[in-house]
Amino acid sequence: MKNIAIIGAGPAGIEAASILASQHKVTLFEKEERPLTNIRNKAMLFPDFSSAEELADQLEAKLQHPNITLLAQTAVTGLQRQDGGWQVTDDKGGRQTFDQVLLTTGYRVFDASRKEELGYGIYKGVITSLDLEKMVKEGRIVNTMGDTPKQIVFLQCVGSRDEKSGNNYCSKVCCVTAVKQAIEVKKLSPSTNVHIFYMDLRMWGQGFEEMYRTAQEEYNVRFVRGRISEAAATYDGRVQLKAEDTLMGLPLNMNTDLLVLMVGMCASDGTQQLAKATGIDGLYGFAQSKDEHLNDNLTSQEGLFVAGSCKRPMSVNDTIQDARSAALAML
Amino acid sequence: MKRYWNEYQKEIADDRFFYERSCIRQTFFPGSETAFLNILRNDLGKDVYDSSHQHTCSGIGYHADVVPFETTMTVVARLFSLMTERGYENYVPSCVTSFGVMTEIIEKWNESPELLEQARQYLRKATGREFEIPKNIVHPSDLIYKFRFDLKEKMKYQLVNRFTGKPLRGVEHIGCHYAKIFPKHGIGNAEFPYVLAGMIEAWGGEVIDYPERRHCCGFGFRQYLVQENRGYSVANSKKKFESMEPYEPDFIVANCPGCAMFLDKWQYTIAEMEHKTYDKEGYGIPVLTYEELAGLLLGYDPWQLGLQIHQVQCESLLNKIGIPYDPDSKYKGADGQLLAMPDKPSVLKV
Repeated sequence: MKNIAIIGAGPAGIEAASILASQHKVTLFEKEERPLTNIRNKAMLFPDFSSAEELADQLEAKLQHPNITLLAQTAVTGLQRQDGGWQVTDDKGGRQTFDQVLLTTGYRVFDASRKEELGYGIYKGVITSLDLEKMVKEGRIVNTMGDTPKQIVFLQCVGSRDEKSGNNYCSKVCCVTAVKQAIEVKKLSPSTNVHIFYMDLRMWGQGFEEMYRTAQEEYNVRFVRGRISEAAATYDGRVQLKAEDTLMGLPLNMNTDLLVLMVGMCASDGTQQLAKATGIDGLYGFAQSKDEHLNDNLTSQEGLFVAGSCKRPMSVNDTIQDARSAALAML
Repeated sequence: MKRYWNEYQKEIADDRFFYERSCIRQTFFPGSETAFLNILRNDLGKDVYDSSHQHTCSGIGYHADVVPFETTMTVVARLFSLMTERGYENYVPSCVTSFGVMTEIIEKWNESPELLEQARQYLRKATGREFEIPKNIVHPSDLIYKFRFDLKEKMKYQLVNRFTGKPLRGVEHIGCHYAKIFPKHGIGNAEFPYVLAGMIEAWGGEVIDYPERRHCCGFGFRQYLVQENRGYSVANSKKKFESMEPYEPDFIVANCPGCAMFLDKWQYTIAEMEHKTYDKEGYGIPVLTYEELAGLLLGYDPWQLGLQIHQVQCESLLNKIGIPYDPDSKYKGADGQLLAMPDKPSVLKV
């Protein structure tokens, strides 16, 4: 029986722990009070609109295993090789040595206030996809005055595929998340007009293309290919947008009650810190696997494994599959 | 919430400046450049050199595509040679287009040293002069911004409405060539430039954040150089006025010669064309340069600052601040004799 540390109790960490616990002793470190924060922040999951809370509950139930110890509110502050194993130091003064370590420190969303021209944190009517998710979860879509919005505009690729913010990569899940959220808005508030500004729509997963079509045909969501260059508050508390419709080749101005910024996925602080400390830091602060084809859960460091969105942007279901793959590699 | 643009600062020299005047500012705002020199020299005790041998930077021609880059580069090199010959290293061009042109040229010289050598050869061949690249090049508004709190201590007035006790509400407008070409060279970057906003806030006023805050004033060279295009110029200004109108600004302050001019004079044009003014009383919104604003608060005489030359008259603002003025001296020359009385607009009140 090996002694294994898993850092990060998100879907990847929990799924891997539940498999590894069948043969090994697993200690799961989680800096938050409760696991699965990112999933619990969501209302529904694409593409089947299943409940995020239910999935989180099902995953959390897997922690009820005698071989799993969850150390909540415990942030790992140090990770280094020692005597053929890995010494883990945490912010509570704990120091333990493990045979293997699995990094599942995940992602954080892009800080939208870095895109100054879009006014997040300055104008109340500019929110992020995370903020909208909370509204959907509460079952009420409202503008800054607390009324039903006449218009909501989504903007894709905020902090993704963006040289100015230093993130050239695609965050992979924002396209379909915007389509999902647009449908959720229309379900909750049918009178609200919804526009989605995109660069190109990357409907890569099963059922995604169908969602995209449904959004247009059944919910009248309007898709505009173009970028929003500037957002500003109007005198009546709405948001004025300046944009370019790149299919029409025309500039356009429009006012909206809410501008929803589809914020991309960045390496979490924990991912960046631990990947760097162990020499497995890759592009944009994400953790680098040994190779992406045959050894995507191994790293250049023996006994140190990686899974989920600490490596790159990943959907929830891909994260769970990747965690299973990591567990197989560690067994 | 972290406000990232506050981190966009730049190095601004502390003293010993070579000042370059603007081609057009002395016509439209005849007291501004003198006020700047007086503020720097007399109120702040700085060394500023104002050369009598200076000339255009050719920026308007360059941006209108009638002066080639090589010529502009050589003309700018001559201006730098004047600075070098007088032993200065810090260059302060009055006009934001000069600031933009020079910043662009220095960037190009840094990127392509062969262009710098070419400029040296052209200047040597044409004039026999040599030059050094300025160690520090900033716009005069950067200097007033840098010393805004020092100036505040010397100011007689604040941007406060003496009748209500509330801060006066100002629209600030940044010239495109100040921060939009090279955002890193503008205080506060291009999206939320802080150079003028910082002055307004430091001096007791409140900055209006209106939807068309970043929109062009209408001075775009292609819009006004070609007479047939001037409708675009008016349309741009009109768009801004309509956007700022609900916020009831007490004044507009700008750091670009063209912006201050058009935001001032197009108010008259729009009033004549559409019988529309953008304040409640029909006088228009006073437009000031940052030197005029600083000068007024320091206690400079409004007529010495040249405010009577503006299209929109400034008395409404003077009254709100409580700055005394002599109406009878408004149109008198330095010798105390009446110069002439201007014609009155048919709509805009004066």
